[in-house]
Amino acid sequence: MTLQAILSGQGLMFLFFAAAAIASGLLVVILQNPLRAALSLVINLFSVAGLYLSLNAYFLATVQVIVYAGAIMVLFLFVIMLLNMGQANMHTSYRGVRTVAAFASAVGLGGLMSAVAIKGQPAVMLPAETMVNGSTAGSVEGVGKVLYNPSLPWLFAFEWTSFLLLVAVIGAVVLAGKRQQSSEGKA
Amino acid sequence: MSVPLNYYIVLSMVLFALGIAGVTTRRNPILIFMSIELMLNAVNLSLIAFGRYLGDAGGQMLTIFVMAVAAAEVSVGLGILIAIFRTKDNVDVDVLNGLKG
Repeated sequence: MTLQAILSGQGLMFLFFAAAAIASGLLVVILQNPLRAALSLVINLFSVAGLYLSLNAYFLATVQVIVYAGAIMVLFLFVIMLLNMGQANMHTSYRGVRTVAAFASAVGLGGLMSAVAIKGQPAVMLPAETMVNGSTAGSVEGVGKVLYNPSLPWLFAFEWTSFLLLVAVIGAVVLAGKRQQSSEGKA
Repeated sequence: MSVPLNYYIVLSMVLFALGIAGVTTRRNPILIFMSIELMLNAVNLSLIAFGRYLGDAGGQMLTIFVMAVAAAEVSVGLGILIAIFRTKDNVDVDVLNGLKG
């Protein structure tokens, strides 16, 4: 990427959101307080939503903010506060384990990097926006045209996703709900 | 003058490695879940970047399903966590060794 490309609007957007994503991801891994780690994860999810925007995936950027940063993170914060883990019970593992884990993830990262970066691959430029039947692939219209198209495989998976969510709702209620008095002893 | 695909892939790898480091070092199951979310997001980013590169909307479809599965996983996982906390009063994964043979 030349300096001119970096200083263009898209380059600056990428650099800003990438730096924010990496910094907040690092904070999720190293912060001791679970609440602060959760809030860093919110920042990370917002940054990734910004990167989706830079890839012209407008609808998914919105879904990312609403579903991830909205619903899932509220669930996390709710459980952290419910179990009162704000202060106690947050020690990380022993030093040796931590060193081994950091080493392992660094080796994994290096291995992945070598596949893309070290082999000296040339920069692969992204083509112009994808179009679906005359609408941008990332827009609500474009996503709907692909997702609900009966001749593509996604519609079938979409229907079963609704079933999966139903099962998850029932499972969460059964697992977290109050036990009946009669089965209290067995549970 | 757009950002090359390589940069998105490298960023995705870095985020994924951070997630792995979190899963292996954290002892608190909630923070392990958060690190898993970090990894899922890294994969979503690479899916969307590759989909954009190939001119295929399938990458975005897969990302929608990954998000749905992540939501289901978190709701069930946190339910299990609350159930464990109710019986054990402790959710440190070093203490939860009830399945050890």
